[in-house]
Amino acid sequence: MLEKIIAFICAAIVQGIPLLYGATGEIITEKSGNLNLGIPGIMYVGGISGIIGGYFYEKSTAEPNVVLCILIPLLACIIGSVLMSLIYSFLTITLHANQNVTGLALTTFGMGIGNFFGGSLLSFFGESGSISLLTTGTYYATPLGFSIGKIEISFGFMAYLAVIIALATSFVLNRTRVGLHLRAVGENPATADAAGINVTLYKYLATCIGGAIAGMGGLYFVMDYTTGAWTNNGFGDRGWLAVAIVIFALWKPKSAIWCSFVFGGLYIVCVYIPGLSSATKELINMLPYIVTILVLIITSARKKREHQPPASLGLPYFREER
Amino acid sequence: MQENAIELKHITKRFGNVVANNNVSLCVRKGEILSLLGENGSGKTTLMNMISGIYYPDEGHIFIDGKEVVISSPKDSFKYGIGMVHQHFKLVDLFTATENIVLGLKEKGRFDIKIAKGDVKAISEKYGFALDPDKKIYEMSVSEKQTVEIIKVLYRGAEILILDEPTAVLTPQETQKLFKVLRRMKEDGKAIIIITHKLHEVMSISDRVAVLRKGECIGVVNTAETNASTLTEMMVGKKIELNIERSDVVNPADRLVVENINYFDKEGVKILDNISFTARSGEILGIAGIAGSGQRELLESVAGLITVASGKITYHDPVTGAEEDLCSKNPVQIRDLGVRLSFVPEDRLGMGLVANMDIVDNMMLRSYNDGKTVFVERKEPKNLAERIIEQLEVVTPNAQTPVRQLSGGNVQKVLVGREIASSPTVLMAAYPVRGLDINSSYLIYNLLTKQKDSGVAVVFVGEDLDVLLELCDRIMVIAGGRISGIVDARTATKEEVGFLMTKTDGGLANE
Repeated sequence: MLEKIIAFICAAIVQGIPLLYGATGEIITEKSGNLNLGIPGIMYVGGISGIIGGYFYEKSTAEPNVVLCILIPLLACIIGSVLMSLIYSFLTITLHANQNVTGLALTTFGMGIGNFFGGSLLSFFGESGSISLLTTGTYYATPLGFSIGKIEISFGFMAYLAVIIALATSFVLNRTRVGLHLRAVGENPATADAAGINVTLYKYLATCIGGAIAGMGGLYFVMDYTTGAWTNNGFGDRGWLAVAIVIFALWKPKSAIWCSFVFGGLYIVCVYIPGLSSATKELINMLPYIVTILVLIITSARKKREHQPPASLGLPYFREER
Repeated sequence: MQENAIELKHITKRFGNVVANNNVSLCVRKGEILSLLGENGSGKTTLMNMISGIYYPDEGHIFIDGKEVVISSPKDSFKYGIGMVHQHFKLVDLFTATENIVLGLKEKGRFDIKIAKGDVKAISEKYGFALDPDKKIYEMSVSEKQTVEIIKVLYRGAEILILDEPTAVLTPQETQKLFKVLRRMKEDGKAIIIITHKLHEVMSISDRVAVLRKGECIGVVNTAETNASTLTEMMVGKKIELNIERSDVVNPADRLVVENINYFDKEGVKILDNISFTARSGEILGIAGIAGSGQRELLESVAGLITVASGKITYHDPVTGAEEDLCSKNPVQIRDLGVRLSFVPEDRLGMGLVANMDIVDNMMLRSYNDGKTVFVERKEPKNLAERIIEQLEVVTPNAQTPVRQLSGGNVQKVLVGREIASSPTVLMAAYPVRGLDINSSYLIYNLLTKQKDSGVAVVFVGEDLDVLLELCDRIMVIAGGRISGIVDARTATKEEVGFLMTKTDGGLANE
């Protein structure tokens, strides 16, 4: 029984890692006042970019080098995600386009890109009928284990990286000048502007860095979770869960860590409960979304100012004309 | 002879064809408080904005400590030790005082909020501010927020401080405290420029007064050698009577009876606590209180914009004599009874007028339901708009100008004009003169008095106690959502009212 619980927890964490990347990225973005609903799309693009990078590297050499096998997809993923974030930034920050519309469009666009290139790559693989980068995937998924007492726990390196990034984000946001300035931009851009903070720069950087981190969630999914395989729409709706976690975690990267694991658990819990009819399974699969709705209700009802979203979230910033 | 901290020589600034400042020369010495006096649009703010780097002068020179400098951005002005405390606070609500104070500074080295906190404390003690560096801005009163703003500029090493109407939002007691702090800064050798409309404050705080009129510097005089009426004359260019002709109350009849109303805001904080009063026809009832003590909610509950938790609001119809219960009516029904709410200042444009619409269209906001056809009636509103522009001397190119392009004072004139034109029976005005120059203010006071004489019950929420005492017949003081006293304006003193304003037992309602 205990083993089963531990196995479940580990599986929940594995499921939670892409969500954590997405949530951390979205928190950074939202702290600058940008509500980037394009995150699900960006995560798709992050995944497919990594696959493309890995594919061309694997194809170009007979003996793939470990370091390059890891770095090239990572770099490709970051470039892809940042490009997506730049589209969002340019439209919303420079052109003051509506953030919701831009974000939603970007998600549709990103999923389309993922499936389009997924389809194109598939033709390279020919007969086998699936995209598989086994070498790269294996490097990514190499377990780095440790044991607590008798319990052995192991994850790929990107899982640890996700937690480290979340903790680092928390530190930067709360303990550094840059973090203070970023929070000021998200709370009250006019005040930040008057205090001599470059609002546009902060918004661009936060959105792009946040996008890059979110994209790495897609990379983790394709490289570690599925060990280098891409299936169209395989990433599913995880991106939306990441956005929901941001609310659940009250915009705190540290809380996002356990929130992601909880959501990861909810995502797969039906597999671990034996003897469920298929109808019940479908009902249980609804859990993450029901929790999200509950969380929205609870957090909206909570009055504490510290638990509210950044005050300028979703609003374009115009410098006063006079 | 003290040294000059800052000297302006022949400063000229034009915006298009409009000359905002014309050949202005003045200086501020170290260890001196200079008042900058002038009507709205006389170029005070433009002049100060050039010192603080927001605008760049077209002609002229600025000297700091005797050396000529070029101030082309707010950063430059920080560098030369100039700090401006704006009328509208630029603070992040969710941050603590200290976080707001260090915001935007790019110092080298590790960021340590504790050290900053220590520095803030040191400044507070040096000048005698009372400030908790860990308090969040949203928990602060207006006066505390102002303190944060002042410490912010001091923290940045300001030697020259500019305060834009610092007392507009303070109680007399808070004003006295602020003046004490300013005097300490002055002793410390800082040069202070204070922009204000209130003559008695000019007389009490400043060493010298510079008077601007239509962009030109009319003169700089020593405060000790002048008096209020001379300054007014310099300011407006003609001698004007600064007296409100308060007529006696004739045949007062109860018009609006408010009984024991209570109101809680969204957070469950009690904003109005058992308020009861009567507004009578032919009388001006003044409401005094620190900003955010519940004045706004009180007026809004009478106008039907918010629903009170308990209590009764009754309106006595002057024609039929019928008693109407306002609590059960919606805003339109209440308005049709003749109860008018004008001016909600926190939101001059938000609640009264639509900024992007022109004056005529804004008149129509009240009359769009009139007329017999499905089409709106435009002729009458247009006449009304033109009447208001003429009678109240609204400065505007024409009636088709979007309200957004008018200056604050003119916007208010449009709003008051519209409300009065509808011949109300109860007229509620909140801070109708906020931001208006002396001339326009008295114009509005006299309009209100005229309304009173014609039998309207006027409720006037004001902030300048001198005016309240001169204008009103009775003054109701609210503190923390409760009535702390109703006094006769003819016999009460300023100190009495000021004392009542701060008389709260227990928790003061947060804004």
